[in-house]
Amino acid sequence: MRNPQLNANGELTHLLTLEGLPAPVITHILDTAMPFVGIAEREVKKVPLLRGKAVFNLFFENSTRTRTTFEIAAKRLSADVINLNIGVSSTTKGETLLDTVDNLVAMDADIFVVRHAQSGAPHLIAAHLNAHDRSHVHVVNAGDGRHSHPTQGLLDLYTIRHYKKEFHNLTVAIVGDVLHSRVARSLIHGLTTLGTPEVRVVGPKTLLPEKVESLGVRVFHDMREGVKDADVVVMLRLQNERMKGALLPSAGEYFKHYGLTPDKLALAKPDVIVMHPGPMNRGVEIDSAVADGDRAVILPQVTFGIAVRMAVMSIIAGN
Amino acid sequence: MKIEIANGRLVDPAAGVDRVTSLYIAAAKVAAIGKPPQGWNASRVIDARGLVVAPGLIDVSARLREPGFEYKATLESEMEAAIAGGVTSLACPPDTDPPLDEPGLVEMLKHRARLLNQAHVYPIGALTVQLKGEELTEMGELAEAGCVAFSHADMPLVDTQVLLRAMQYASTFDYRVWLRPNDTHLGRGGVAHDGEVATRLGLPGIPSTAETIAIMTILALVRDTGVRVHLCRLSTAEGVALVRAAKKEGLPVSCDVAIHHLHLCEVDIGWFDGNARLVPPLRTTRDRAALRAGVADGTIDLICSDHAPVDDDGKQVPFGEAEPGATGLELLLPLTLKWAAEEKVALPAALAKITCEPARLLGVAAGDLRVGSSADICIFDPEQHWKVESRALKSQGKNTPFLGLELQGKVHVTLVGGHVVHDV
Repeated sequence: MRNPQLNANGELTHLLTLEGLPAPVITHILDTAMPFVGIAEREVKKVPLLRGKAVFNLFFENSTRTRTTFEIAAKRLSADVINLNIGVSSTTKGETLLDTVDNLVAMDADIFVVRHAQSGAPHLIAAHLNAHDRSHVHVVNAGDGRHSHPTQGLLDLYTIRHYKKEFHNLTVAIVGDVLHSRVARSLIHGLTTLGTPEVRVVGPKTLLPEKVESLGVRVFHDMREGVKDADVVVMLRLQNERMKGALLPSAGEYFKHYGLTPDKLALAKPDVIVMHPGPMNRGVEIDSAVADGDRAVILPQVTFGIAVRMAVMSIIAGN
Repeated sequence: MKIEIANGRLVDPAAGVDRVTSLYIAAAKVAAIGKPPQGWNASRVIDARGLVVAPGLIDVSARLREPGFEYKATLESEMEAAIAGGVTSLACPPDTDPPLDEPGLVEMLKHRARLLNQAHVYPIGALTVQLKGEELTEMGELAEAGCVAFSHADMPLVDTQVLLRAMQYASTFDYRVWLRPNDTHLGRGGVAHDGEVATRLGLPGIPSTAETIAIMTILALVRDTGVRVHLCRLSTAEGVALVRAAKKEGLPVSCDVAIHHLHLCEVDIGWFDGNARLVPPLRTTRDRAALRAGVADGTIDLICSDHAPVDDDGKQVPFGEAEPGATGLELLLPLTLKWAAEEKVALPAALAKITCEPARLLGVAAGDLRVGSSADICIFDPEQHWKVESRALKSQGKNTPFLGLELQGKVHVTLVGGHVVHDV
């Protein structure tokens, strides 16, 4: 079965997941993003790579932050950006996902940036476009259910490479709600593809998916062991609705065991970097002293995110 | 009409027959085997050289979608599919709309099926009113109307006290109860087996314990009530082991497996293929191996198609929203033959799983070809290859994870009650 995001020449035409993406393709995206990071400091923050192209932000699930970063990235590439908050329009009127897509294709969309609460929705759209001879229209997954958030994974990889240069000597600990996290899945695939020798997941059994070790990670339930000698600690967001119930007894008890505090962070390497995909819950998964401390690279992640999204859109539009 | 089926390989697992011979059909029955009856004068001779002549297949789970879901499929389309697949008798689960919980609905279904004059239809009655799991249906009335057993289809029956009462009541009259073992709470929200693939794809999981805990509950209640229970659609290795032990203990339990689960596993979901969204979910290769072995050693009594036609709208959606089910009536024979070939099971033993064994479960006089048997017959070419494509399927549902696969075994002629109802 051909990877649905690559064309017959092995080039990226959709970005759906980091799983199965060859290392050179990932590295090429990261390399392409590098010069874009500097653009923000220029007087004219634009390059003409996507001039005349229409980028449709197709958000079936609300997200201001991710949508905004895609919008900025597309605008910096000189594309026209159309934001559609589908959650409150067509599908509530009974239109199917693929009908919505067909309508927008008829409006000459070039790139769909898709977020959906269901795992696999961007795959469905990409397969539909490929099957109906519209493979010139590209799909970028901006987060689907628990499955994948590839641009977040790429910006995490970019951040790690920026600070650590190499992957082949790193220990990366991903802490928290891996079960529901598309961020964690994407980062795990990216890290293992780029040859990271030790990727750890840390959390209570209720928040780690079944057979998670099959993704190529080591499992820790004790946070202190999990972050010991780590080069990178990635904290995951704990959704409000999961803080109390059958998964966890309380946010307080969660913080006690899995919140990143200065004393737990002290067990990691002295030059450890701390990452978080945002938005943070201070006092739930991360202590303010760490979030605002000198090991945190959470804000640079956001800046790199725009450059990485520019790289992804310019690469797929050119293939 | 007198029909001679000449020189075919007659395989009748119930009678232990496997030899090349001729069959003589008159007055809707098998009149003679080998030698024509006295004064024989055939109005039609079917040349069956090189073909297998078997009892018509019996499928214990085929959703015909009537009443209520005619946009997915109709009695006409699915009966066409049945006879094209060599299926001459089928049982349909009660999860129609409204559910088969009243004699009038059952009579109407049987009446409509009789008018079509194709396969025999045996409705399974609803165990509780509206399949809500609260009040018992009038099982006696439903049985008189033609229900051969009572089930809850895939609807949750959460209240174990209601389940106990339903079993007690059914056992009073020796009705058979069919249950798909599923702990509703453990499987809540799940759409795929809780394992490597669901973890990779980020799909909510259904653990194997959802099946095993339900089996243990059911078996405990069988011990108490003595009711004859048929467990539908096993999917786990542990489930097979539990049934094996229950049979050894002497409990009145039988079980089946859907044809998909003998050939596919979680990996076949691929990149979110909605056609692989099934109930119960496709599980691991280990589970599949146990199911295949379970059929071979008799722990699993029979194989069914679990036919569930779904329209495109139900599948052209993200995996988690896709309607579960696959079309299967036309794949039951070739996929059973494929399992048999791969497991080196002889043809008569394989055909038993889709002829005499399901007949025994349904308690109907069918599934064999002795002199005097009803002439429900499936004549097929065991060697012929064909490709599963939507235009090759009569069923209105084109949804199957086997699309594009080449299969071996094609039905040429189907007879029901001595009439040729399908003939290529």
